[in-house]
Amino acid sequence: MIWNSASDFFAMGGYGLYVWGAYAVTLACMAVEPVLALRRHRAARRALAGEGDAR
Amino acid sequence: MSPSSFRLFRFAAPARFYALAGALIPWCWAAFAVLAAIGLWMGFFVAPTDATQGDAYRIIFIHVPAAWMSMLLYLVMAFWAAIGWAFNARLASMTARAIAPTGALFTFLALWTGALWGKPTWGTWWVWDARLTSELILLFLYAGFLSLVSAIDDPRRADRAGALLAVVGSINVPIIYFSVKWWNTLHQGATVSVAAAPKMASTMLTAMLLMSLAFWAYAFAVVFTRARAIVLERDRHAGWTREAAHLATPRSGSPGMQT
Repeated sequence: MIWNSASDFFAMGGYGLYVWGAYAVTLACMAVEPVLALRRHRAARRALAGEGDAR
Repeated sequence: MSPSSFRLFRFAAPARFYALAGALIPWCWAAFAVLAAIGLWMGFFVAPTDATQGDAYRIIFIHVPAAWMSMLLYLVMAFWAAIGWAFNARLASMTARAIAPTGALFTFLALWTGALWGKPTWGTWWVWDARLTSELILLFLYAGFLSLVSAIDDPRRADRAGALLAVVGSINVPIIYFSVKWWNTLHQGATVSVAAAPKMASTMLTAMLLMSLAFWAYAFAVVFTRARAIVLERDRHAGWTREAAHLATPRSGSPGMQT
């Protein structure tokens, strides 16, 4: 095992801020982008459904 | 070909793509979850601490995959944009538009993770060296493509203008890739090369490749979702989209299904 404890793991040998800073921003971006894409798809569908009802 | 059958042919491609992409998206997410879970577990619990860089090197498991995806997605985007232009294929142009934001995101992530890796290992967040500068230019190319296609009202004219920019800009990708060979840069050389044995522990390499595949699956899932949105936006006057909008999201498992 590389890590002796949880705090050892989060410290990342003194590079915790850099490692977790990189991973946190990556995770945030990759969590937000699919939501935005999905919303765009929903909005497009809703717009079409609305158009269809109006006819 | 009669006008009516020509119309059918014209709209058949986006309609079928819409259904197929919808069926594939859940599988892409499943692949992403499995690959990322195994990749991260290997990266943090199996791969050893690096002898020279300590644990700061663990940024590699997202930095290199993000950088690879940023370049690959640009080439794929330029390819589909060119096909859409040369063969007047609307779906190809829509695919290029769907890829651009994801490519830009991975370019940003490559730069961001690189900065956070550069600070502890080089002592600086940023240097104007060939690799870093050409990757920044890639981000500007994505931004240029996105703003150009959104600035032109006529969608097909916008597609053609975007294709021109994308194709001309693709010269930057080999420059990024070979920059560490052509110039004396602070950035290290290629981590993985087909011509040479890997310069890293096999567990590190496996974790990095698994994360690359995970990012690949992610890119497919997001690009398909965005492409479906774009298809509906662009084809809103075609009959099939109105039907698709009223139907529930296509169930996975029957790729050929028509909505």
